[in-house]
Amino acid sequence: MLEAVLDSIARLGHRVTSRVQRLGRASVFLGATLLGSGTAWRRFSLIVRELYYTGVLSLIIISVSGLFVGMVLGLQLYETLQRFGSGTMIGGVVALSLVRELGPVVAALLFASRAGSAITAEIGLMRATEQLSAMEMMAVDPVARVVAPRFWSGVISMPLLAALFSAIGIFGGYLIAVVLIGVDEGTFWSQMQDSVDFRLDIVNGIIKSCVFGVVVSWIAVFEGFHAAPSAEGVSAATTRTVVTSALAILAADFVLTAFMFTGA
Amino acid sequence: MKRTTLDLWVGFFVAIGLASLLFLALKVGSLTPSSSSESYALQARFGNIGGLKVRAPIKSAGVVVGRVKDIRFDQESYLAIVTLDVNANYQFPRDTFATINTSGLLGEQYVGFEAGGDEVMLKSGDVIKKTQDAMVLEKLISQFMYNKASEDDGK
Amino acid sequence: MPVAYPGGEKRKRVSSDTNSPLVRISNLNFAYDNRPILTGIDLEIPRGKLVAIMGTSGCGKTTLLRLIGGQLRASAGDVVVDGQNVGRLGHDDLFRLRRRMGMLFQFGALFTDLSVFDNVAFPLRENTDLSEDLIHDLVLMKLHAVGLRGAHRLMPNELSGGMARRVALARAIALDPMLMMYDEPFAGLDPISLAITGELIRKLNDALGASSIMVTHDVPESLKIVDYIFFMAGGKVVAQGTPEDIRNSDDPFVHQFIWGESDGPVPFHYPAPNYADEMVRRGERHA
Repeated sequence: MLEAVLDSIARLGHRVTSRVQRLGRASVFLGATLLGSGTAWRRFSLIVRELYYTGVLSLIIISVSGLFVGMVLGLQLYETLQRFGSGTMIGGVVALSLVRELGPVVAALLFASRAGSAITAEIGLMRATEQLSAMEMMAVDPVARVVAPRFWSGVISMPLLAALFSAIGIFGGYLIAVVLIGVDEGTFWSQMQDSVDFRLDIVNGIIKSCVFGVVVSWIAVFEGFHAAPSAEGVSAATTRTVVTSALAILAADFVLTAFMFTGA
Repeated sequence: MKRTTLDLWVGFFVAIGLASLLFLALKVGSLTPSSSSESYALQARFGNIGGLKVRAPIKSAGVVVGRVKDIRFDQESYLAIVTLDVNANYQFPRDTFATINTSGLLGEQYVGFEAGGDEVMLKSGDVIKKTQDAMVLEKLISQFMYNKASEDDGK
Repeated sequence: MPVAYPGGEKRKRVSSDTNSPLVRISNLNFAYDNRPILTGIDLEIPRGKLVAIMGTSGCGKTTLLRLIGGQLRASAGDVVVDGQNVGRLGHDDLFRLRRRMGMLFQFGALFTDLSVFDNVAFPLRENTDLSEDLIHDLVLMKLHAVGLRGAHRLMPNELSGGMARRVALARAIALDPMLMMYDEPFAGLDPISLAITGELIRKLNDALGASSIMVTHDVPESLKIVDYIFFMAGGKVVAQGTPEDIRNSDDPFVHQFIWGESDGPVPFHYPAPNYADEMVRRGERHA
């Protein structure tokens, strides 16, 4: 009995230390990636190539989701605001929810499942098929040649995708509020401009998405690079990327929001 | 894929992203050059600021003329000291009346300026003498209920 | 047409003027976590020779190659390649040394997102400042050497296993290495591809004046082409000799390995408790 209790405590302790160990390894890896980024920036075509996979290929999912999220927000919030007789505030409320919160967060979640998982799978497959080892043996550092360009392409793509998500979402809200429900167009936009502050709301939203970009790209390249070299290893790493990214995005969002919007 | 096609797509992507950022900045956030123009600071004391927040607008006749810069509590007078950043383009007389209002029933709170008739204008660092506290909904309601109750008693 | 490599007196060409062996491994130990893989390996690879390292699966042959290439660091002992102690080199020196090594991985490890041409051009583009024209010519020369010049536009997923192996070989020799390493070059090949690959390995070794280490468990093909063989078991070198010595060896392990016998020094059964005992106990449990 006592043995079983001790055993489970030991297991718990082991799990905690292994998590902390993993975080430490990931931090060292991030440092190595940043140090090895010189090549990627000197040969910018490496990053451009990855931008195609992380950015261009995420355009459709980001646009379509943004449009729908904006339209749902338009419907739901109008319904709620109408109860308080403030239906005309719809523009500001939709824009604020998107720019501050939903744009960066939902775009980052989509980005993690679209681009992050792809990065992990690709690097993990290169690990499993010994392409990374082959590269090392050709005196080419895979961190500089494979990891850094993907990392930076993620960091660059994320704020652009989040901005696109918010912009299209606002357009979706516009479609619902103005075109469908018939809120006055001028009221819609001026209400929005009144309530959205450039520095407080938009800049903070962009900062959030930049942080998410770093977090998701970091997780994706780390998981891929350290995937077990087998089919199961790659699929497990891909799953871990999506799950860990989602948790990290939401946790980071909470911390950032607490810093940004509660000071006033 | 050909290098040029790839470049084209990536260029397209970056352009769309930047256009979205520009849209957010200009159309949504109304970032205009004037928002960074010169301003001067005034102070006003209130017994109760309600839900007033830093960066809340200051409106006169419904036009935004400035923003709340800072809110402090004065330990001696037990009053709230609100620092107001007023756009340098706008001047107000010394007997301007500062109120804390609510936009709509449940909307955000803002500082309202009602200009008086004094010839002398407020300067940077001046204190606005005439202020009116925020209306607190609970107080209004309890007042209303009290009146209603006494009316009913009178019948 | 198969080319036989009998005895091979003509193959005594030496790549460098020094007479010291190209690779010298002394008392090499290596462990993953706390699991020992290699325990006290001593071997030398002479210049200009093609040497095979044989052994059962999982005996640490591939680990040995990775230690020579500096991808793993030994827990004790030295790996000296061309006078440089691989385990002690810094990042830059190690990369400089690797530019003079070529490695063929088990399944080729071609970059799946690059064409055959770009795969072979990769080490040239990354490690040299050659003009694109020159690279073009060099790549086609290397591909011609492995008989796949006509396939340079294909993508790796359009190649058969044998072709992929040959493209990887062309890539490995792109920088004219002094040391070639082959990790199971014959695994999963049909007899024709296998013969072609074996022939290429021998021919390239002689043409490049390189030394080669081949890790394999394909007995007949290796005996045909190599100059010397090391046998590994349990993390040690247990036998060595020329193909002739090996064929005539009466060492029980070598005999079992060469003739593919299912039981011998390498037991058929995984270590287990006494068979009869286990059966009886099972019977008792169910009773």
